[in-house]
Amino acid sequence: MNLFVGRNGKKNGQAAPSSPPPIIDMRGLRKVYDTGAIQVEALRGIELVVQPREFVAIVGPSGSGKSTLLNIVGCLDVPSEGSYRLDGEEVAELDLDELADIRNRKVGFVFQSFNLLPQITAYENVEMPLLFKGAGARERRERVGWLFEQVGLADRMRHKPTELSGGQMQRVAIARALACEPALILADEPTGNLDTSSGQDIMSLFEQLAEKGHTLVLITHDAALARRTRRIVRLQDGLIVEDGPVSRAA
Amino acid sequence: MLRLGLVWKLFRRAAHIQRKRMAMTVAAIAWGTLSIVLLLSFGEGLKRNFSRGSRGLGEGIVVVWPGSTGIAYAGFPQGRNLTFMPADVPLLRASIPELGLASAEMIRWGNNVAYGRKTFSKPIKGVEPTYGELRNQIPEPGGRFLNERDEHEKRRVAFLGDNVKRELFGEREAVGETILINQAPFTVIGVMAKKIQMGAYSGMDQDHVLMPLSTFRAITGRTRLSDFVVRARTPAETPELKRQLFEVLGGKYRFDPEDERALRMWDTLETQKVTINIGLGIEIFLGMIGALTLLIGGVGVANIMFAVVKHRTREIGVQMAMGARRSYVLGPLVVESLFLTAVGGGIGVAVGVGVVQLLALVQSKSNSDALQFLGAPTFSPGVALTTILLLGGIGFLAGFFPARRAVSIQPAAALRYE
Ligand SMILES: Nc1ncnc2c1ncn2[C@@H]1O[C@H](COP(=O)(O)OP(=O)(O)OP(=O)(O)O)[C@@H](O)[C@H]1O
Ligand SMILES: [Mg+2]
Repeated sequence: MNLFVGRNGKKNGQAAPSSPPPIIDMRGLRKVYDTGAIQVEALRGIELVVQPREFVAIVGPSGSGKSTLLNIVGCLDVPSEGSYRLDGEEVAELDLDELADIRNRKVGFVFQSFNLLPQITAYENVEMPLLFKGAGARERRERVGWLFEQVGLADRMRHKPTELSGGQMQRVAIARALACEPALILADEPTGNLDTSSGQDIMSLFEQLAEKGHTLVLITHDAALARRTRRIVRLQDGLIVEDGPVSRAA
Repeated sequence: MLRLGLVWKLFRRAAHIQRKRMAMTVAAIAWGTLSIVLLLSFGEGLKRNFSRGSRGLGEGIVVVWPGSTGIAYAGFPQGRNLTFMPADVPLLRASIPELGLASAEMIRWGNNVAYGRKTFSKPIKGVEPTYGELRNQIPEPGGRFLNERDEHEKRRVAFLGDNVKRELFGEREAVGETILINQAPFTVIGVMAKKIQMGAYSGMDQDHVLMPLSTFRAITGRTRLSDFVVRARTPAETPELKRQLFEVLGGKYRFDPEDERALRMWDTLETQKVTINIGLGIEIFLGMIGALTLLIGGVGVANIMFAVVKHRTREIGVQMAMGARRSYVLGPLVVESLFLTAVGGGIGVAVGVGVVQLLALVQSKSNSDALQFLGAPTFSPGVALTTILLLGGIGFLAGFFPARRAVSIQPAAALRYE
């Protein structure tokens, strides 16, 4: 790459090595759901930049487009219009397999309904992204063991998801999201299906991850939980209506 | 690439998880294959035996009996009974060029046929050496049919139907032994090989004792023929042969060659035409049942695969969300189809061939005519392969298309699936 810079003497648009590109860089992003009869404009021009190591909460009323936005951030869906650069890479230019690789290596997704595969063990669920990545048997074994220790479930690895509590399932899901050391961890109402105390545990886990330097974006309906992040983005009718740091005083 | 290893691992994991469904699919494919293999194997065997049986009496032969005149002719009144004489056959040979083979036949019922202490009442027949070929009476190895010298020298020799032989001798060797026919000693020169006979005009061949025509006349003192059996040089000449018979015999016995009642004839070619049509009917019938069986089997397999993959759309979404490429989802499914098809088809064919062989064994040990008639089921690898590929293919398509749909929509959409 850099060879070409020298030859034609032009900058190739990439930021200087000293300042890494934003993890999320969205410009004029729109999403229209075409359900045949009616077209729903879920996102109507989103401008969002998230730098590495940020810890962001997305809030807003139901139907405001939070999940739509997060799905696009996580490459689970594609925008109808606008530009989205993930870790410096324009997502619109990627084919299906490249998108799959991005989801595998750069993004860890945590869902409200856990989305663990019910027929395989917790261990095998966490191992899954590592299989897709092509990690060797030894690397997988060590990595999965370490992840289960991190989320405090080392003694539950061989259980099926159905044999775990909601909080435990969500911790398995977080371990899975962390498996390939993603640049970005996304969570869509991760505490939405949990009781208060399990929700607190999960939130603490996210705080620890943020402490360690992970970049996190999560959706929540709970204002108290949102205030435990460092930046709140408020969505309404498919637009960002408020975006600023959490004021510790309030 | 190293990706084949991954696909294999994912397939093994899925196979382990879905043991029951895999077993069901294997069973469905195996069952379908088995049904078709058996159906068509038996059908083929039955058809062969049917057409062989219809030729058991003799191929392309015409049996001719004297009738009674239906038309007054040359000064003779209507209703005159005709009789055939031994000299008729040489006359026919000399005057009808279309005639291929001919044999006179004389029958007497209720004769004492004895060997050792066993005595049975059996029909005896006097026939000419050509009779064996005409009537498809082939000697078992070690024996022979009547020949010209037997005829010429009025030898006291007998050719036994296989049933007569069994009754008199059991499993023992009969050729060379002496039997008594109405107290007169006869040497057994041959035994008829077992055959399937589906038509008869004087009892089944297996129950007959044959001797030279000359010997028969000598011991019975009879001069009239019961009938004679003829065959045209080629099947196409049969109608002309029949016409000539009316001409020549009409000339000799003074009846109108147009008088259909003067000679009674049984043309086995006519019978065979019917048989061929019945055989064709059986084939169409079995083909239809086979197609229906295949359809039902195919629907069954398709249903299992379709239901499962449809059900798994959300799980496929989860895998995609974790970074599975399309080939990691579809690859194991392809391997699975190949595996299910191979195992299910293999079991079906193995069991089918086993049953066919078991039946062949039972048949060889048993004398049941019904079993014999079922015939040797004939395994057809082509049919088996087609069945397996069709069932496997249907299962594969039924699973592949929903899965391909699931991987070509965005993971977000697949995850919304319930
Ligand atoms: N697959 C879809 N097809 C059609 N319309 C959709 C689809 N997904 C979302 N929508 C619509 O887009 C809008 C935004 O939906 P989204 O799920 O992003 O909201 P949300 O902010 O996540 O709401 P909630 O807080 O209830 O989860 C809604 O009006 C919704 O009806
Ligand atoms: Mg939502």
